[in-house]
Amino acid sequence: MLRQASRLLSRSVAAGTSKSATARGFSTEVPSTIDSTFVESWKKVAPNMDPPQTPSSFMKPRPSTASSIPTKLTVNFVLPYASELSGKEVDMVIIPATTGQMGVLPGHVPTIAELKPGIMSVHEGTDVNKYFVSSGFAFLHANSVADIIAVEAVPLENIDASQVQKGLAEFTQKLAAASTDLEKAEAQIGVEVHSAMNAALTG
Amino acid sequence: MASSAAVPFWRAAGMTYITYSNICANLVRKCLKEPFKAESMNREKVHFSLSKWADGKPQKPVLRSDAPEVSDF
Repeated sequence: MLRQASRLLSRSVAAGTSKSATARGFSTEVPSTIDSTFVESWKKVAPNMDPPQTPSSFMKPRPSTASSIPTKLTVNFVLPYASELSGKEVDMVIIPATTGQMGVLPGHVPTIAELKPGIMSVHEGTDVNKYFVSSGFAFLHANSVADIIAVEAVPLENIDASQVQKGLAEFTQKLAAASTDLEKAEAQIGVEVHSAMNAALTG
Repeated sequence: MASSAAVPFWRAAGMTYITYSNICANLVRKCLKEPFKAESMNREKVHFSLSKWADGKPQKPVLRSDAPEVSDF
C-alpha cells in the first residue's frame, strides 16, 4: 500500500510544484509556511502520516532588517583557529577588499567582498585596532552585521620588517626567473603579499 | 553564455582559491617575529593518509604526517 502511495504522491507533487515554481521569488523571500497544495495532496494519499518536513522548516528565520539604520556595526571576525571578535559593536571597519580599501559603516548595503592581503582596521570611538589579513572574505548583511573571515590575521607589531624585505627581494627575483605559469603565479603572490606587508609596516 | 569577468592571475595559472589563500597565509606566517612564528607554524602541520583505489581495493596508502613521533617509555 505504501509503495502505491509514493507513486501517487509523486504524481500529485509534480502537478503541485509546477504551479508554484513559476510564482516563486528569491529563495530568501519564500515564507516558512508550508505549501498548502502539497499538504492537501499528501493528506488525500496518506491521511495518517504527517507531511514530510523540508530543510527550511528547521532553519531559524532570517533576522529582520531594522527599519532605521542602527548606530553600531556588529562585527564577527573569525580565523580558523580562533574567534578574534565575536559580536563586537563598533563604529566602522575598513577592510582590504580586492577592489580597494572599503569602509563599512552601519547600514552598509549587503555585500560579499573578497579580501586581498592588507590591513583591516576596527574603529571604536577613538580606538583603532589594526590587523594584517592574509586573505579571506567579508560578508556584510542588511542588518548591519559584518562577518569577516580570514585564514591568518596578525597585529602589525608581530611582523618582522627585515623578513618582509628579504622575502620581497627573493620573490621579485623569482618572478623574473620564473618560467611556467604556475611558478609565475606563485612568485607573483609572493610579491603581492610581501609588498602589502611592507606597505602596512611603513604606511 | 561566454565567460564574463576577467579571472585573477592565479586562477588563470590553474590554481584554486584555497591554494592561493594557503600560500598567502604561509608567507605571512613566515614573516612573523618569534614566538608568534613558532606558534603559527603549528597550524601548518598536516596529518593524512591517502590511498588510491583500483578494482574495488585500496592500493598502498601514502601517509603524510608532521606529527611528532610518539615514543614508548
